[in-house]
Amino acid sequence: MSARSKRGSALEAVLVHALLLVAVVYALYPVLWVVTLALSKAGGIEPRVIPVPHGADEITLDNFRLVTGAGDPERSWLFARQLVNSLVVSFATAATAVAIATPAAYALARFEFVGKRSGLRGMLLTQMFPGVASAVPLYLILDALHLLDTRSGLVLVYAATAVPFAVFQLRGAFLAIPVDLEEAAMVDGATRTQAFLKVALPAARPAIAVTALFAFMSAWNEFILAATLLGRESAFTLPVVLQSYVGEYSTQWGAFAAGAILVSVPVMVLFYVAQRQLLSGLTAGGVKG
Amino acid sequence: MSEAIHAASRTATNDGTSASVESSDTSLPEVPRAMRCAARGIKKAFGATPILRGVDLEIPEGTFAVLVGPSGCGKSTLLRLVAGLEEADEGAITLADRDVTHLPPRDRDVAMVFQSYALYPHLTVRDNLAFGLKLRGTSTAEIDERIEEASAMLGLAKLLDRLPKQLSGGQRQRVAMGRAIVRRPTIFLFDEPLSNLDAALRAEVRVEIRRLHDRLGATTLYVTHDQVEAMTLADSLWVLNGGLVEQKGPPLEIYERPRTKFVATFLGSPQMNLLSGRLVKEGGLVFAEGGGVRSRVDDERFRSELDDGREVTIGVRPHDMFLAKGDAPKIAELKVEIVEALGSEAFAHGWLTSSGPTVIARLDAADARTVKPGSVIPLGAAPTSIHLFDAATDRALA
Repeated sequence: MSARSKRGSALEAVLVHALLLVAVVYALYPVLWVVTLALSKAGGIEPRVIPVPHGADEITLDNFRLVTGAGDPERSWLFARQLVNSLVVSFATAATAVAIATPAAYALARFEFVGKRSGLRGMLLTQMFPGVASAVPLYLILDALHLLDTRSGLVLVYAATAVPFAVFQLRGAFLAIPVDLEEAAMVDGATRTQAFLKVALPAARPAIAVTALFAFMSAWNEFILAATLLGRESAFTLPVVLQSYVGEYSTQWGAFAAGAILVSVPVMVLFYVAQRQLLSGLTAGGVKG
Repeated sequence: MSEAIHAASRTATNDGTSASVESSDTSLPEVPRAMRCAARGIKKAFGATPILRGVDLEIPEGTFAVLVGPSGCGKSTLLRLVAGLEEADEGAITLADRDVTHLPPRDRDVAMVFQSYALYPHLTVRDNLAFGLKLRGTSTAEIDERIEEASAMLGLAKLLDRLPKQLSGGQRQRVAMGRAIVRRPTIFLFDEPLSNLDAALRAEVRVEIRRLHDRLGATTLYVTHDQVEAMTLADSLWVLNGGLVEQKGPPLEIYERPRTKFVATFLGSPQMNLLSGRLVKEGGLVFAEGGGVRSRVDDERFRSELDDGREVTIGVRPHDMFLAKGDAPKIAELKVEIVEALGSEAFAHGWLTSSGPTVIARLDAADARTVKPGSVIPLGAAPTSIHLFDAATDRALA
């Protein structure tokens, strides 16, 4: 390599990294604000260009203590319960949506039956309306079922909205799996069901993981329906709790920021754990190419 | 080894008489005995499109049968019907004298190698090989033994713990074959297994497949659109066209005596030259004339039907033509347009008449140097190599 092109590639590297640095700052600047807010004293910090605390005396974990109710057994029990609510509702939503959507998507991808097209269209139609539009009827239905203020009621509502999207996503995944794989399994001695369970399902695992994660996150972040359908504080999910720090006359930004960080942690952990599944194309190499 | 593998499953024997069984279209579906695989009166349509229009198939024990034909001729559908992946609208299929017409694939005891290989992407090579055996409840010791045997045969021993995506195309192909071999099935089914390999590898694996077949003594049904594979692999070749068997028999016999114009042009590369003409009788000899050709016809071969003036299509394979030198009788003169020199031989493309179709003639490598585009060369061909087809029916004159 000549000295000239070496210098050229060094310049290129510098430019690329400068660009990346700008992108990182752009992405992390708001996060930095949230972290700083969460760590600063009750009155908050002065607005600064670079939002970092000046000196250790500006840093405190008070906001986290406030949110989690540290030192107050009753409040911390409540927070734990609300955290569990969020976790249970989100996991149950993801599990229910995937459990219902996976076989449905497989059937829609592989079989011809009466009502297939209109069913797909019907499901698409439900996606056109935001969940809020049906908040009132949902409230009445849950009331009639005595499921208001319960986790199962909320799971029912969330799963109902998550299933159509999950079906579409998983149908695409099953369509992308070559039929040859299942046919090979059936020639090898598998029944239709075994071919689905032992071949199609493992091949669709990355897509199922993504779908489950989306369902989890939509439930984890959902606020309006939760706020509408949940009345008791002990039934709240975390977004509803978080909103309670934004008052009509004053807002506890520090507590809000601390809560926001706590709410983000489980999702970050999930993404970290699932990243291999999310990135790997498991079908690669099974068939030609 | 082949004995060890197949002794247990060998129930039918080839007595050599069954290949002549012909369908008697009236009494369906009756299937001939002593066949490893037999199909009778198979019809299949997808929607309103007929794919197979009444096909009979007989594969004796240990035979390598190849279905060949252009795309859409129904060859893959026929294979899938034998596998049980499609169900026939009409007709019957037996495997080792067992009527399997309405059985699902898993109960047919067949193994199939797919064009896409269809390896299970989430399983290692070892688990891919073991998959079918586990489903059938084979003991672990037996599974290990069969995997060891098959992987030694195919050179897979070092790859057993890899995933399909970590293998090259050729390796995947071998795993797909291994998966079939460990099953020790009644019949091996191959659906265009070489079409995803590059040319060099294809030739290599082609030989490998034939070697494996000879070693295992396995009965095989192989689908391809590639005439080289068809010619080189088959004991018994079945040429399909438009959902019907156009001709069946040993490949060389079909090559030398194509029964229709379609078969004549489908097998052989470059294609057989076809020219419209008529028969002329002169002094007790029969000549085929037309399109710039005048050649004596081997009337020993065409004892009947050689009426004077009969309209025919004259067929000559490029390989049967040669540069007529010295006293050698010439049948035509070729105005050369292009010479394709392949090293060992060459092909001259050109015209016999100004309005005629392009004609291809094979030249010796030495002649290829002297023949230039634009020149006119005399062509010869032995009377025995002239094919004649009825102009109206496209069937060969017998």
